[in-house]
Amino acid sequence: MTEEKHILTMLVDNEPGVLSRIVGLFSGRGFNIESLCVAETIDPKVSRITIVTKANEPLVEQIEKQLRKLINVIKLRDLTGSGSVQREMALICVRAKPENRDEILRIVDIFRCKVVDVGVEYYIIEATGSVEKMKALVNLLKPMGIKKIARTGTIALFREPH
Amino acid sequence: MKLTGAQILMEVLKEEGVDSIFGFPGGATIDIHDNVVKTDMHHYLVRHEQAAVHAADGYARVSGKVGVCIVTSGPGATNAVTGIATAYMDSIPLVIICGQVPTHLIGNDAFQEVDIVGITRPCTKHNYLVPSVEDLPRILKEAFHIARSGRPGPVLVDIPKNVQQGVTNYKPNQKVRLKSYNPTYKPNAKQLQKVVDLIKSSKRPLIFAGGGVLLSKGADELTRLARSTEIPVTMSLMGLGAFPGTDPLSLGMIGMHGTYRANMSSGECDLLIGIGVRFDDRVTGKTDCFASQAKIVHIDIDPTSIRKNVPVSVPVVGDCKSCLEILNTLLEDEDLEAMKARRRPWMEKVETWKQQYKLAYAQEDEIKPQFVVEKLYELTHGEAIITTEVGQNQMWTAQYYHFDRPRQFVTSGGLGTMGFGLPAAIGAQVAFPDALVVDVAGDGSIQMNIQEMATAMQYKLPVKVVILNNCYLGMVRQWQELFYDKRYACTGLEHAPDFVKLAEAYGAVGFKATRPDEVEAVLRQGLETPGPVIMDFRVSREECVYPMVPAGAPITEMLLV
Repeated sequence: MTEEKHILTMLVDNEPGVLSRIVGLFSGRGFNIESLCVAETIDPKVSRITIVTKANEPLVEQIEKQLRKLINVIKLRDLTGSGSVQREMALICVRAKPENRDEILRIVDIFRCKVVDVGVEYYIIEATGSVEKMKALVNLLKPMGIKKIARTGTIALFREPH
Repeated sequence: MKLTGAQILMEVLKEEGVDSIFGFPGGATIDIHDNVVKTDMHHYLVRHEQAAVHAADGYARVSGKVGVCIVTSGPGATNAVTGIATAYMDSIPLVIICGQVPTHLIGNDAFQEVDIVGITRPCTKHNYLVPSVEDLPRILKEAFHIARSGRPGPVLVDIPKNVQQGVTNYKPNQKVRLKSYNPTYKPNAKQLQKVVDLIKSSKRPLIFAGGGVLLSKGADELTRLARSTEIPVTMSLMGLGAFPGTDPLSLGMIGMHGTYRANMSSGECDLLIGIGVRFDDRVTGKTDCFASQAKIVHIDIDPTSIRKNVPVSVPVVGDCKSCLEILNTLLEDEDLEAMKARRRPWMEKVETWKQQYKLAYAQEDEIKPQFVVEKLYELTHGEAIITTEVGQNQMWTAQYYHFDRPRQFVTSGGLGTMGFGLPAAIGAQVAFPDALVVDVAGDGSIQMNIQEMATAMQYKLPVKVVILNNCYLGMVRQWQELFYDKRYACTGLEHAPDFVKLAEAYGAVGFKATRPDEVEAVLRQGLETPGPVIMDFRVSREECVYPMVPAGAPITEMLLV
């Protein structure tokens, strides 16, 4: 059975140990996590967790059921295939030799990123967008020399009706 | 009213109707135990924390109430883990109270500190570290609610010492509000109608009942369904007693050591109605071949159980008892006699299987373990509460003691915990002081928690222990015999204690039988002697449990002898 990427977003109690319960469920049952984001929502008692996982249909059904079974999971939604907005953010530290600087700034402009820090030899670029956009950006910057990269993984929200 | 944390715990336990607690004190529970003895609750001091949990578990299984145990922090808590995992696998409602070091020491590697909430996260239904005394009443009420509702399970509450000693205002009988936890009790009516339609159209139906029927108290409804529609019933190990074992429609246990008739029926049925089961690998064997000709209906309160191991045609999420009640009502409008007439050939086939390979053994000069269980059944008139350890003793008991009523058979099904039977028997005896409670044990298993004879003696709990003593870890030896060219690696238990003297050392009574003609007399003496008794039966060393399905094979491919 083919594996597909699934974006699971859930509202959970904002309490110590809740994330560990969720991550433990994945590791204990041999499910894989591709990326995971978590932060408080507008209600400080509730956090939103977004998990990207790759699984076949029966497995993702099992993952969702197991997650729903956890006492601290208030609501869960699989955003795969539904109308949703998905973004990722990255901070990329790239080597900025004098001969490359113009090229880097052009790329930053085209990808609508921002240079947020300038050092003697390095720029730190802030980028947001889809996973594909991040990949393309990283591919273009790679030849210049990426020293460090920090990515958030996907966050996603269901698109409300217009 | 202003109360300390320890006093609040006592108040909530009273509100929840707890009258018996199993525990072992320590520095981190002194305040709790100090308050326990000020109430009229009975506290049973065990000799090992694992046994405290098994005893609470046995109590819960036979009584249908929530079992409660109290253990101290650190090693006390970690000793309890095997018991907690046992209850989790079998969905038994427990509340485990743990002492914890004071909150300001948590995370500092304090003496007897352990992250028991972290350790037990995968083997509890839910667990809590109580952050402050103000949170304690809410958490305790939630713990009982979660433990007993939905698919039951163990809930652990870790209470730091300063929370036990802290003082707060306590309001009795607080309501539980959990926005994210709403088990589905009421089944979908349309789904149940589909089940009725399948029952109507099927020619070879089979009911497969599990522990969920017992937990939901739905055994009477199951019996009504089976008898009114004349559908044969097979049970998982955990389901024994959900349908009378001596009923003509009973096919006994299914699975690795299931009966020929049960396993063959599952292979040829065209409709399998699974109720409160989780299609464990010991039941299904090779899953691709399990009930391969059948449409499968799966009724369970836990949606995660459905479609986990086998494909299901009609899933029904709901309380087993409610589902069975509705099914029975819907079936009242159907022409049951016509249905039964159509299925005559199926019933005849099942009957042929029943007659073809009966459970049997050959009685020789040595005592056969099956003979001991058969005699035990005969002498107790099938009325005793039976607990078991794990292994061959457990399977022979499941096969040869016929359980006619719910909550009569107490065994560690999911986790298969050796050392479970004796403490579970103690818990069962506490719940029913006047009942005859017998632990059927192996010589290996009994040595895992034999120290609990002291608990039985201290509280005058007259449990009887029947040891099927073959000086082996018998089930593993059986696998070694059949699949490892008889290399009995590390399964010989030659240096066993003299169990009669061991019983006497605890102040109990011991008997021993070495010949078949001694079995009945020893059983009679043992059962009639007041107080705890150990009966040591020196059985045939290399007896195997048959039928047997090799692990991973289809369950219709049985080794019969």
